[in-house]
Amino acid sequence: MDILYKIFIDPFMQMGAAPDLLVQALWEGLVGGVLYALIALGFVLIFKASGVFNFAQGIMMVFAALTLVGLYEWMARHGVPAPAAIALVLTIGVMYVLAVSIEKFVLRPLVNQPDIILFMATFGLTFVLVGLGELIFGGEPKQMITEQLWLPKGSIDMKILGGLVSLQKIDIAAAVIASAMVAGLAVFFQSTRIGRALRAVADDHQAALSVGISLNQIWVIVWFTAGIVALATGIMWGARSDVSFALEIIALKALPVLILGGFTSIPGAIVGGLIIGVGEKLGEFYWGPLLGGGIESWLAYFIALAFLLFRPQGLFGEKIIERI
Amino acid sequence: MFYRETGQYKTTYAADMAVFPILQDRIALGLMLLAVAVGVPLFAMLFPATGNYFLQVIMIPFLIFALAAIGLNILTGYTGLMSLGSGAFMGVGAFACYKLTTIFPDVPIVIWVVVSGVFSCLVGVLFGLPSLRIKGFYLAVATLAAQFFLQWCFVRIPWLFNYNASGAIEVPERTLFGLAVTGANATPLARYFVVLAVVAGMTWVASNLIHGRIGRSWMAVRDMDIAAQLMGIQLLPAKLLAFAVSSFYCGVAGAMMVFFWYATGAEPEVFSIRQSFFVLSMIIIGGLGSLVGSFFGAALIYIMPIVLGAIANWSGAPISAATIEHLRVMLTGALIIFFLIVEPHGLARLWQIAKQKLRIWPFPY
Amino acid sequence: MKIRTLALATAAGVALATALPVAASAQDAIYVPLFTYRTGAFAGSGIPIANGMSDYLNMLNERDGGIGGVKLLIEECETGYDTKKGVECYEQVKGKNPVITSPYSTGITLQLIPKAAVDKIPMLSMAYGLSASADGNIFPWIFNPPATYWDGASVFIKHVADKEGGLDKLKGKKIGLIHLDAPFGKEPITLLEKLAKDYGFELKLYPVAAAEMQNQSALWLGVRRDRPDWIYLQGWGAMNPTAVKEAAKVNFPMEKLVGVWWAGGDDDARAGADQAKGYKSLSFHAAGAEFPVIKDIQKFVVEKGKSQVDKAKVGENLYNRGVYNSMLIAEAIRNAQKITGKKAVTGEDVRRGMESLEISEARLKELGMEGFAAPVKISCSDHNGHHKVYVASWDGQKWTKGSDWMEPMKDKVRPLLEEAAKDYADKNAGWPKRTEACDKAS
Repeated sequence: MDILYKIFIDPFMQMGAAPDLLVQALWEGLVGGVLYALIALGFVLIFKASGVFNFAQGIMMVFAALTLVGLYEWMARHGVPAPAAIALVLTIGVMYVLAVSIEKFVLRPLVNQPDIILFMATFGLTFVLVGLGELIFGGEPKQMITEQLWLPKGSIDMKILGGLVSLQKIDIAAAVIASAMVAGLAVFFQSTRIGRALRAVADDHQAALSVGISLNQIWVIVWFTAGIVALATGIMWGARSDVSFALEIIALKALPVLILGGFTSIPGAIVGGLIIGVGEKLGEFYWGPLLGGGIESWLAYFIALAFLLFRPQGLFGEKIIERI
Repeated sequence: MFYRETGQYKTTYAADMAVFPILQDRIALGLMLLAVAVGVPLFAMLFPATGNYFLQVIMIPFLIFALAAIGLNILTGYTGLMSLGSGAFMGVGAFACYKLTTIFPDVPIVIWVVVSGVFSCLVGVLFGLPSLRIKGFYLAVATLAAQFFLQWCFVRIPWLFNYNASGAIEVPERTLFGLAVTGANATPLARYFVVLAVVAGMTWVASNLIHGRIGRSWMAVRDMDIAAQLMGIQLLPAKLLAFAVSSFYCGVAGAMMVFFWYATGAEPEVFSIRQSFFVLSMIIIGGLGSLVGSFFGAALIYIMPIVLGAIANWSGAPISAATIEHLRVMLTGALIIFFLIVEPHGLARLWQIAKQKLRIWPFPY
Repeated sequence: MKIRTLALATAAGVALATALPVAASAQDAIYVPLFTYRTGAFAGSGIPIANGMSDYLNMLNERDGGIGGVKLLIEECETGYDTKKGVECYEQVKGKNPVITSPYSTGITLQLIPKAAVDKIPMLSMAYGLSASADGNIFPWIFNPPATYWDGASVFIKHVADKEGGLDKLKGKKIGLIHLDAPFGKEPITLLEKLAKDYGFELKLYPVAAAEMQNQSALWLGVRRDRPDWIYLQGWGAMNPTAVKEAAKVNFPMEKLVGVWWAGGDDDARAGADQAKGYKSLSFHAAGAEFPVIKDIQKFVVEKGKSQVDKAKVGENLYNRGVYNSMLIAEAIRNAQKITGKKAVTGEDVRRGMESLEISEARLKELGMEGFAAPVKISCSDHNGHHKVYVASWDGQKWTKGSDWMEPMKDKVRPLLEEAAKDYADKNAGWPKRTEACDKAS
């Protein structure tokens, strides 16, 4: 009975007793979810357009953030004016070069191969980027240049619900940027020529080719877009701790999000991110202590698994139709 | 020239269906077994310093990883079920073996190493249950759940590591025929023989499983599970059996890794998600659905970075250890991509092509 | 088809290279391998330590021509904080007659502990690894001076008592432990639980899984709910800067957040910017570059371009920790030379040197380390010494001394420790009895 009480009643009593903490937990969950969703977004973009499960998304995020900070530090030391802006532009340039080289050296030779082979190729890509990043920038952690990038700092503290709810401005900024990116991508996909081509490629490679869409060009574009998403993600996660190769680990958290939302759906990535984010924060906060805490590491996967048992293709994934 | 099958007639159905139908293949296999069972130990005894390094750093882990790769290959390569939890299943084997040998210290360790696979097998079946409903990369989430949950258990359930203050598996010394095979006193040679025997035996079993009815049903499920079902293969038993056998192999490999390779102790972090990716990359590079590919993959993924590092060290170039490491990571990645581009079906396919070339040599066709 | 041939050739080449024997070199110099990690997820903490370790030994080579006239052969082996590569590194250096190993990873340490006695290579796990290995009667080949994690935790409790006005004031207080959910992180729990019982405070545990190091917001919500009075942080790598930032976010008073010595990197605190001001970390050596020894390193190694260190980072906390680590190694070698009268000492000699090591205040001054560290004394039964530790405090720019040197609660730590050591030996059936003779301190 005691156990049942602790599982089914006590957490809700706590929620009622301290609504400010509940609101705070929900907020943290939403922010965490948005950040997961951003990583997942990078995966989805690439999976949609090229069918590649991009294992390297995590390291692309680290690489982008490192490039940004590394360039900034170098320019600041050499007295270049407005280093942050230039670094940002240059980093975007680097991501473009990266996209072009990935397309040229990895994707093009591997065209029409099974998914798992392409997945493995991105695995190799991860190694290359890890080595390259460490070679150029060293393994020391770096500080994210939040202020220089005009990101707000500090927090908004609200005394409501008999307590304190504190919203970090940078988290708000993250949410705004993520929404803007999703909206931008949606417009891009819906109403531009390239966007339509992209959707065509996602639907059927061969049909797209036959109407004169250049696959190679499309791939460069999606990988470049994913690179920019990775940069945004890297800035946000970097601001939460620091920019180092350890950030790569966090990208694994995008997997349950992805699976929950469906590999091919951008709204799925967002909704999945929010469900996972809120679910794991509430779970850890209210039910974690029953198990001694630290359950966040696997809770997300169980949430995703529970959803999957009802919808095997993810919440927003395309329905899997099987024929003989 | 030497590799020619002219004149080898098959007079029975069994001979025609043999795993190694060509005489030269059988001779080569025999020579290979002779080399690893006699040649390598002899070398290790003649040059103890180099030999021990060779055994401890290259041969023992290579064999163990190859076994884990065979395990995963049964699931992913033969049955087509993606798994990212092999690291955790290896962990289950290692912890089960530790518990068993500390509770019943008198039973020979080799028996416990094999029995520990049974525990891993049970856990594998449990997490394999969703496989009937979930497919492809989506199934990976079920195995990822297993990975992270089991890893959490390894850290959090002190009973598993006997309430050790270190929180890790502390391998006690165990002997076989009066010779230490685990612990710090076990020579690499003794451990090598045990590992070799287990790996050779289990590879043989796997080969028979795969070439038999069970293996065929797995492959049918892989190629198209609905079609397989229509042909009368029951999906749930077939998939669960794949999970069971695969986890069994991984579990044994994990137990051997801690007891016969590390030989002294290991912390739970060893069985992290990185281990899973490590094994997965072996089977993809080596060749999905190929036993010999599991060995090739283990060699490439595990041994190649060591060789690259060694080359950098010998060359005596004045570069720091860190730079070597960076270059070696980069080169490993580049070589993975290179091999995939050259032969997406893995090294096993490359091996087949090489054999075919030898067969018709010196003619191109 | 060409490219296939090339691939085959590559594969064959790799196979051939594997078969080539590994060169084992014999030399007259004293071989000191250093296991370092300048790559991987923990490189941020690993790099400054690696720099400090090799720079000090290189400085001895440059300035004094080695130790006792024998050059030191220093070789770094990159582990990436990965036990797999640890095995590789150990086997690589084993054949070259190393006089001591320092693995710099709890996982690798645990794995090498039983091997040290068999291979006759002593191991220095300076203030990390297995706390119980401080018992020299059971672990004659393992040394973990100057303090164990349990000493650290007890000093933390003492510090809390100081600030709260006495040990009796601890009653009813809530103390949180944020720890990495791994053997390293869980080390202090045993001692803190005992102290909680003895002094009547409440211990709250907040584990952080390795995969969640940078994702701690739920945990800190828990901190807001439970309102612990003090928090002890047993973290490593990216976990520390994240914790400091999150603490600032929930307005946890920084001066009540105390890290173990491994949570005291400059980068860890710098992440919190101004808000990290007041963050504390235990330490057993000073930070800063104003010591003669650091000046010498700058003069003989850094200025000559023989170091990989960024000049501005010489004298940072973790850099100095590397220097301290190498100083212990060097002094042990020197002591071994003194005891045995040999120049080129072996691992067995260095074990004896380590065991009778005594670094007095006067000796520290000779080393150019006056005020840098507390004196160290190691004995046959006590391979740790349980030396004094102080609390360093972050002033927004650098680490400063935040308290006096404090003696750990040796009376509480030692019995637990001996019990744990005995337990280790009991569980590892056939654990060798100590046969090594004991040298008198010289």
